[in-house]
Amino acid sequence: MNLLEMFRKKNTAPVARDRLQVMLAHERSVIGKSDLLATLQEEILAVIAKHVTVDRDAVQIKLDRGASFSTLEIDVEVPLDVAKTVRPGDKAGADKAAGVAASA
Amino acid sequence: MGKVLVVTSGKGGVGKTTSTAALGAALARGGENVVVIDFDVGLRNLDLVMGAERRVVFDLINVVQGDAKLAQALIRDKRIDTLSLLPASQTRDKDALTIEGVDKVIAELREKFDWVICDSPAGIERGALLAMRNADLAVVVTNPEVSSVRDSDRIIGMLDSKTLRAEKGERIDKHLLVTRYDAGRAARNEMLKVEDVLEILSIPLLGIIPESEEVLKASNIGSPVTLNNPNASASRAYFDAARRLKGDKVDVVVPMQRPGLIGRLFGRRVA
Repeated sequence: MNLLEMFRKKNTAPVARDRLQVMLAHERSVIGKSDLLATLQEEILAVIAKHVTVDRDAVQIKLDRGASFSTLEIDVEVPLDVAKTVRPGDKAGADKAAGVAASA
Repeated sequence: MGKVLVVTSGKGGVGKTTSTAALGAALARGGENVVVIDFDVGLRNLDLVMGAERRVVFDLINVVQGDAKLAQALIRDKRIDTLSLLPASQTRDKDALTIEGVDKVIAELREKFDWVICDSPAGIERGALLAMRNADLAVVVTNPEVSSVRDSDRIIGMLDSKTLRAEKGERIDKHLLVTRYDAGRAARNEMLKVEDVLEILSIPLLGIIPESEEVLKASNIGSPVTLNNPNASASRAYFDAARRLKGDKVDVVVPMQRPGLIGRLFGRRVA
């Protein structure tokens, strides 16, 4: 083991923190998916489907727990050719919907 | 009406029973009327840590099933008379606990005590759910270590969905108790810092219990560490945590990093 490796190996705590953050973000979205989220996903999908054709997997809903409030993140992937189907006056070509804060 | 507190963690071996005994004794020392309940049916240990293993006659299951009265099963601590223990059964199966039975026992204890502290078994199964079911507040015991933090996250999710309060749409107060913390290792980036754990779990901090040899010494002789050596670093942290539970404003002291060379040489003896 050379000197450089010795120094590199010491900082293991930041690695632990990063691994936890990535893993828990995933686990919370899977395990924390309550009936409410499933219902929301279905209904939001239905609303979008009225206007644009989207894939079922294109609508992702995530609930992130925070200290004082939780965030409901709705992620909708809209196909590129959507601009043609969107009515005039609507914001066209947006490929991501913004997150909506909801108190918990 | 007393408060019901569950000490839980998901992961085993992080210090739930040690913390239950230490916090229970600290609250009782402060004049509160406290009962600690062991929910770990089949693997009871709270009686041992409290030094009451030879005084167990009836247990939680006997009371739940109506074979004994609550007063017969409660063991009053010989050191502090405001501290009582309701032991778990060592021989019976955990399925002997019924939801209705547990609810009834807890309701009865609430009438008699200021604090009803439930020592949860490890895991996320029936035993852990029964322990948290009636809780008004929860202490989530976490070691600064990846598997413990992950399991705590899972338990926090269950506290928010599987307790009676959650079912009624009410809040359950959750508090983080970081145990076995080594400030020196955290400073050297070898251990998750308290801030990291707090950021990941996002629940308020109740206390930081430093790694201490006094904890094992106390369990060896069957005494909560807060009674066996009230001046140990871990005991002082538990006393502070107990005062915060009562609602007192006590600043959180981050355990000091071990001193330099001399401290390193003799550091192993630091309580």
